[in-house]
Amino acid sequence: MILVQAPVFNVQLLLDGLFIGATFALAAYGLALVWGVMNVKNLAQGDFVIMGGYIAWWLGTQGIHPLWGLPVAIVVMFAFGWGIYVTIIRRVIDKDLFTSLLATFGLAIVIAQLLNLMFGPEVQTAESDFAIRQILGVVTVAEIKVLAFVLCGLLALAVVIFMKKSRMGQAIRATAQDARAARVMGIDTDKVYAFTFSLNAAICGAAGAMISMIWVIQPFYGISYSIRSFVIVTAAGFGNLPGVIMAGLGLGMMENYSGFVLGAEFQQATVVGLLLLVLVWRQIQQRKLRQVVS
Amino acid sequence: MKARLTTAVMASAVALGVALATPASAKVEGDTIILGSAISFTGKYSTNGIHAKNGYELGVKKINEAGGVTVGGKKYKLKVQYYDDESTPLRTAQLLERLVNQDGVKYFLGPYSSATTKAAAPIMEKYKVPMVEAEGASRSLFNKGYKYLFAVLSTSEQYLASSIALAAEIAEKNGKKASDVKVAMAFENDPFSLDVRAGVLEDMEKYGMKAVIDDKMPRDLNDISATLTKVKALKPDLLVLSGHSKGAATAARQIKELQIDTPMIAMTHCEAAKITSKFGEATNDILCPTQWAETLSYKDDLFGTAADYDKLFKATYEGYKNVPYQSAQATAAVQVWADAFERANSFDVEKVRDAIAATDMQTFYGAVKFSEAGNNIAKPMVLRQIQNGEYNVVAPSKWASHPVNWPRKAPSN
Repeated sequence: MILVQAPVFNVQLLLDGLFIGATFALAAYGLALVWGVMNVKNLAQGDFVIMGGYIAWWLGTQGIHPLWGLPVAIVVMFAFGWGIYVTIIRRVIDKDLFTSLLATFGLAIVIAQLLNLMFGPEVQTAESDFAIRQILGVVTVAEIKVLAFVLCGLLALAVVIFMKKSRMGQAIRATAQDARAARVMGIDTDKVYAFTFSLNAAICGAAGAMISMIWVIQPFYGISYSIRSFVIVTAAGFGNLPGVIMAGLGLGMMENYSGFVLGAEFQQATVVGLLLLVLVWRQIQQRKLRQVVS
Repeated sequence: MKARLTTAVMASAVALGVALATPASAKVEGDTIILGSAISFTGKYSTNGIHAKNGYELGVKKINEAGGVTVGGKKYKLKVQYYDDESTPLRTAQLLERLVNQDGVKYFLGPYSSATTKAAAPIMEKYKVPMVEAEGASRSLFNKGYKYLFAVLSTSEQYLASSIALAAEIAEKNGKKASDVKVAMAFENDPFSLDVRAGVLEDMEKYGMKAVIDDKMPRDLNDISATLTKVKALKPDLLVLSGHSKGAATAARQIKELQIDTPMIAMTHCEAAKITSKFGEATNDILCPTQWAETLSYKDDLFGTAADYDKLFKATYEGYKNVPYQSAQATAAVQVWADAFERANSFDVEKVRDAIAATDMQTFYGAVKFSEAGNNIAKPMVLRQIQNGEYNVVAPSKWASHPVNWPRKAPSN
């Protein structure tokens, strides 16, 4: 109703949705990578995000601008990811689905509790102190959100170019296609896995650093980002980067619209409901293609 | 066969437990009365759990320094035996059973949070041992007919109700009808916040006010910009929010970001979320309810005034810039125990329980008098307004130290 009478509020909702959707897309892209290449469904995805957020926030409390937290979070989380791969993921990667789910779920709990022990359970926010602009009369845009949006785009672009052009990128793609064949061709798949997992952690760290500046972080918030990442990847499919980005942005906007129209209590329910519809629709679509093999 | 063996083992374990349980008189070792508490030192409630523990300890220390508690002509010291419930209600219940059955404790101080207190109350009923709690405000604790649970704090439905009365008062002063006030509500979907909402709704009904927005935020939601965009569109006269510290932090940040210009905003947990230091001027003129403030003119013989308590607390514990009300009410709970022991003049659990039920005392934390249901009906919630970064009491008018600023200045750059 109001949206029709005062269309300017659509702009606010769309912008807020886009800005936040970009960080969702980033975290989901990391998940798609790990899922696609290693077939590990990382339930600690959201906790990696929150860790990145705490890195930026902590730097902020030390008097360093939280934006510097972005590169720091990328480096620290890359190293952290490598450590986790060597100690945990390597041991579960060729086990069945439940082993890797359990391992990463355990990891999620440990990370959340460690953050809680180190920083306490309070909600934290990193302050960028950038201006808030007003456009079209009532629409407000925080500069930090625009900046975060642009940075997300740049990071995604950097990852795409890396995957296309670099030797490691090619090795990752080869391993994703057929790990055994890649090994035969002389690719050190263990190293590829380690690198992929660390890259994912670094991407999450970057997303988290931005989230701490535009939203709030708390040790136990990881799960909601894990869920969002899974929703996005499930909807888009993990080989499909443009799909992940579109789904991420779409999810951000959907959340905002359903929050506005139906109330905050339906914000996430709508998103998960939508996922169900997508899955049902896919199922119907694929049934047509399915053939009986005799 | 195996099942029968298990049953036999369990039966003997139960029998042993019963045999080990100390007689109903109590847990008094020499000249020390032991109070028991399972409270959160780790987990999500740990910050406030430790605030509460500090409050208990200060109460115990001060009472002991003043000579202790006189029962039957003899002086006794107080001591609290703690266990860490890890912020999980299940652990709270287990540990309280342990305190009763293995440690023989019969007098209890509460855990931190409504959720853990909810787990504690049935244990107290089961063993018929009294608990004076200071940190569980949910009204669902006081409509179950519990006879052994007493709370010194105001219950949660009173938290924001006073903001409705204030809005009505202001509307009438401006020549408008109270029933014209449009209210926007955003509450987290958890027992505590829904209690707060119920209280607000009750008072709105009394004035005939309308809710233009009534959103419930999910527990893990950290974005309320959609709700706030609605606030911008519908222009309510009053915005009330409650969602623990994370709700307050999220709301304060996004109220600033979206430049919400509602003339009156009230929310819970401002202090816990440290919104003044994080979001500065943008939080000016926001109203925050509190159980207690050091500027109130409450006083007693032990601690003196609220301000004296504030000073003593800061001198005793390092690292406090403000004394959390969680600590003050914890101290008051210990005072209730001391007072009840002296009036009962006995360690008999039933006599002490009846003495607690008959409590009618003044403390630095406010008056304490329990209803039949066990909640404190003598102390009001006060409403403070953030004025230039300071929290000043503005309502109810009996305790107000500063006039209320209205309309609120919208945050700008």
